[in-house]
Amino acid sequence: MKRWMVMACAVAFGGAVVSCMAADVASSKNKPYEVAIQNFAFSPKTITVRAGTRVVWANRDEEPHTVTSAGNQFTSSKALDSGDIYATTFSKPGTYTYYCSIHPMMVGTIIVQ
Amino acid sequence: MDTDDSRADGRRQFLKCMAWAGAGTLWLMKSGVLQAQPPGSSSAAKDATFSFVQISDSHIGFHKAPNPDVVGTLRRSLAMINVQSTRPAFLLHTGDLTHLSKPEEFDTLSGVMQEARVGRSFYVPGEHDVIGDNGAEFFRRFGEKQSAGGWYSFDQDGVHFVGLINVLNLKAGGLGSLGADQLAWLKKDLAGLSAETPVVVFAHMPLWPLYPQWGWGTDDSAEALGYLKRFGSVTVLNGHIHQIQQKVEGSITFYTARSTAYPQPAPGDGPGPGPLQSVKPDALHRYLGIRDVRHVRVGGALAVTDEVMA
Repeated sequence: MKRWMVMACAVAFGGAVVSCMAADVASSKNKPYEVAIQNFAFSPKTITVRAGTRVVWANRDEEPHTVTSAGNQFTSSKALDSGDIYATTFSKPGTYTYYCSIHPMMVGTIIVQ
Repeated sequence: MDTDDSRADGRRQFLKCMAWAGAGTLWLMKSGVLQAQPPGSSSAAKDATFSFVQISDSHIGFHKAPNPDVVGTLRRSLAMINVQSTRPAFLLHTGDLTHLSKPEEFDTLSGVMQEARVGRSFYVPGEHDVIGDNGAEFFRRFGEKQSAGGWYSFDQDGVHFVGLINVLNLKAGGLGSLGADQLAWLKKDLAGLSAETPVVVFAHMPLWPLYPQWGWGTDDSAEALGYLKRFGSVTVLNGHIHQIQQKVEGSITFYTARSTAYPQPAPGDGPGPGPLQSVKPDALHRYLGIRDVRHVRVGGALAVTDEVMA
């Protein structure tokens, strides 16, 4: 945590734009980030996290859903029944698009910095 | 049967009778135009060369409101088939046999389906049947194995039946999908048929843009319908939306079926297409049912009847 702040400061000195982006990133490296699956949507639809963040999806619908990586960029979930959760850790920076394979109109994005 | 109805008259008749849909109306389809008759007054049953039955969306494994007993309601649906005076030539199950694609759910479904007194059963998968394994378990148990992709066709008394699969290889943000391989096969499968051949196409997801906002449609269905346009009588049977919706487009008539498990809301009514939980246990049966289709000798018409659970 301390090391990250030092790096963020260093970047801030280097350029204001980059430092603003760093400020939007989920603050703590150890705290998992939760995405709700509710009313046939991922909420929030797009999240930005630091590399190494664990993302947890919780299905709050009365309908099963999946978290399926578009292009197989991360391990997809099995069927998540009502109340089930799925979690995976994003260790490499990148943009990860995912969807529900049962209801493919449900799409979400994870931006890992 | 009346044979000199103009198309315009038939259309008016169709609109007039839309209000009856779901109340056990007998639908006669002739040259792409639906005609309705009150149940029990038709000669269609005794003129029928054969009949078949459609059931859909049994969702074995679902156990919450409004239906904690989906096995029981599937049994009751099959009992409705078994009391019919003529044994259906076959049964079509238009997908979502299971809720979560689990082997034990498929086991239960297989066992209960043995109770149906029909010549045989044909299945196409729903998106709930292919979770995690691209349908491997479904195809191993219920596949027709005519093609690598699982789609198939067969003929019954001069009517050509086509089972399509539109729940695999779905793209993020997309609807149902047939895919290039299946479309090429369909084109070839239909090529040798005369335009007078009645065609029945069945697939899980609607083959027309019924309500794309909720995923109720198939991305490349227009191409498939393009191959079907030249036929004088095309009937498209789908499931997926757990309610009856109908549409006529030229000589093609589209129907979606009720579920044997639970209803879903009307298009756009509420935040999403989940189970209609507000339905009380004593009212549930009114939303569930089966569909009988009789092939009538005169004019090659198909009579479509939806029966609600008693």
